Amino acid sequence: MDLDALASCLASPACLVTQTTSGLIIGMLLFLVAVGLTLIFGVLKVVNFSHGAFYMFGAYFAMTAYQLTGSFALAILAGAAGTAILGLIFERVFMSRVYGRDVLMQLLVCYAFVLIFDDVVRMIWGPEFKSMGMPAAFQVPPLFIAGGVVPPYYLLLIGVALAAAVVLGLGLARSRIGKVIRAAAQNPGMVSALGINTGLIYGGVFALGGMLAGLAGALAAPVRSLTPGMGFSVLIESFIVTVIGGMGSILGALIGALLIGLIRSFGSLGFPLFTEGLMYLFMVIVLVSRPTGLFGKEVA
Amino acid sequence: MTELQAGQGAQTLAPPRIDARPQRYRDVLIALVAFVVLALLPMMFGSKQLLDFVIRCAAYGLFATSLNLLVGYTGLISFGHGMFFGLGAYGFGLMMQKTGVPIPVAFVATLAITCVVAVVIGAICVRLKEIYFAFVTLAFQMLIHSTILSWQSLTGGDQGLRGGIPRPPFLGIDLSNHLHLYITSCALLVIGLLLMRQIAQSPFGYTLRMIRDNATRASFIGIDVWRAKLTIFVLAALFAATGGMIMALFVSGAYPEFAYWTISGEGIFINMLGGVTTFLGPMVGTVLLLILNDTVTRLTEYHGIVLGIVILFFAIGLRKGLMDFVVEWFAQRRGEGRG
Repeated sequence: MDLDALASCLASPACLVTQTTSGLIIGMLLFLVAVGLTLIFGVLKVVNFSHGAFYMFGAYFAMTAYQLTGSFALAILAGAAGTAILGLIFERVFMSRVYGRDVLMQLLVCYAFVLIFDDVVRMIWGPEFKSMGMPAAFQVPPLFIAGGVVPPYYLLLIGVALAAAVVLGLGLARSRIGKVIRAAAQNPGMVSALGINTGLIYGGVFALGGMLAGLAGALAAPVRSLTPGMGFSVLIESFIVTVIGGMGSILGALIGALLIGLIRSFGSLGFPLFTEGLMYLFMVIVLVSRPTGLFGKEVA
Repeated sequence: MTELQAGQGAQTLAPPRIDARPQRYRDVLIALVAFVVLALLPMMFGSKQLLDFVIRCAAYGLFATSLNLLVGYTGLISFGHGMFFGLGAYGFGLMMQKTGVPIPVAFVATLAITCVVAVVIGAICVRLKEIYFAFVTLAFQMLIHSTILSWQSLTGGDQGLRGGIPRPPFLGIDLSNHLHLYITSCALLVIGLLLMRQIAQSPFGYTLRMIRDNATRASFIGIDVWRAKLTIFVLAALFAATGGMIMALFVSGAYPEFAYWTISGEGIFINMLGGVTTFLGPMVGTVLLLILNDTVTRLTEYHGIVLGIVILFFAIGLRKGLMDFVVEWFAQRRGEGRG
């Protein structure tokens, strides 16, 4: 424990800004992964245990696209689009076979794909750590806000994630497709009786969830190292986020992700050996006091 | 829960035999025969590989069967059961390395530690429903794993507990002797299985089946569902820790992989492979998975792909474990014989 470090950081604006930004980027990446998880659970009623693999594929697709084209925008696009297609195929061919069955079966199918996807990445890209490198456009001196160091790339990352949150929230609340998706989450039988192809909606939602995770992976590629199995810790953390925020709630995922991000970045100062533990401790406190999460509703 | 689901459950809930005592004698007899056969094995086949295989089967078998008490009998799908396997291995290894107490003392002390940890984690987890339960147990597993990795001064971090675990002889048993270790592992396996069988066939075991089939009804007739679930969670943890201790003795060390989530995933898969509707299903699954693992690792380095495809084949294709097929086949034959 190093409470002095934490206290002195809280007292200095420069350190406060630096730690808050790093907390925000952890939180925003987690949000993108967790919101996909929570969306898939809300509509399809399955927890996609292989969701971390989409994050991993997003990062690897982005790296390859960046190396081939040299364009960062194309890299992000490749990460998002590639995982969307992967999600659609995965849902239609495999996951759709285990809906309504035992949770055990759903977990096993996903477990199988965690193993397969990790090995596929190892086969294609090799087992060693890779790094994509910061795109040239962002290799500029960092900004100084109140004395704290903020790389411009972090601002882009936070901006993109926030934009995704707003588009997703508004889209689900206002647009026609959003209404159909919410209706399908409530009563899929009725939606299908009204002549709407629910299989398409399920596939679409899974693709959307996979795309958001892929987007997170692509955005993370310049700042994190890439390795097979990198998705798993992200999966666990984003699951903790959805437990804290409440399964099925987008606002909950946002708040939960930001809380976890800040806990991680400030916790690493105060309790360097117990940073992960803090996260679990927080989850336990939420679970004991509000078993359905901060913004969750009791699922029937 | 709909009537349809309740009806499905009722099918598996055969009434306990009124004369449970003969069945208990039969179980003890089977256990004795199994132990004698296992003990005679080294005399017939001297191969060290075979004995090693049986020891590993004992470690994983205890772990997988204890998981079946949760998954198959109580309907609690724990995806973090491996944490107790790791806890057993590390607890025992550390106790032997740091304190130098006799092996039986370390054994009991490790079980006591596991019990305390399982009570704390279980008290939080068993309130939760299916998928939440699965993931929160998984989260605790990752917490224990990351604690092992970061607490380097005690656990050796990602290198694991190295330098070997001292194995001083006790009561004429010398566990550094391979044959003694083998016999002890077999004894622990047989005793563990027998105890778990007793739990499963006891009135408490039938209470668990009832909770699995209809928890609401169980609580209506006055069963404290939370306490029953917590009890079986802790009991299962103790058997998993025993498996971990056998593993620690076998490899003379403990590694972070023992507490990694893949151990839990393998446990779940073993149960699926062998089938959760029979008591010995997980044991059969353990033998199959270990053979599969050994073969695949010898043939290819991409052992996740092969294992993944096998899992998919079972989960989507067969939808049942091997023992389920065997039981069905017997039931069918018996039906034909009568008809």
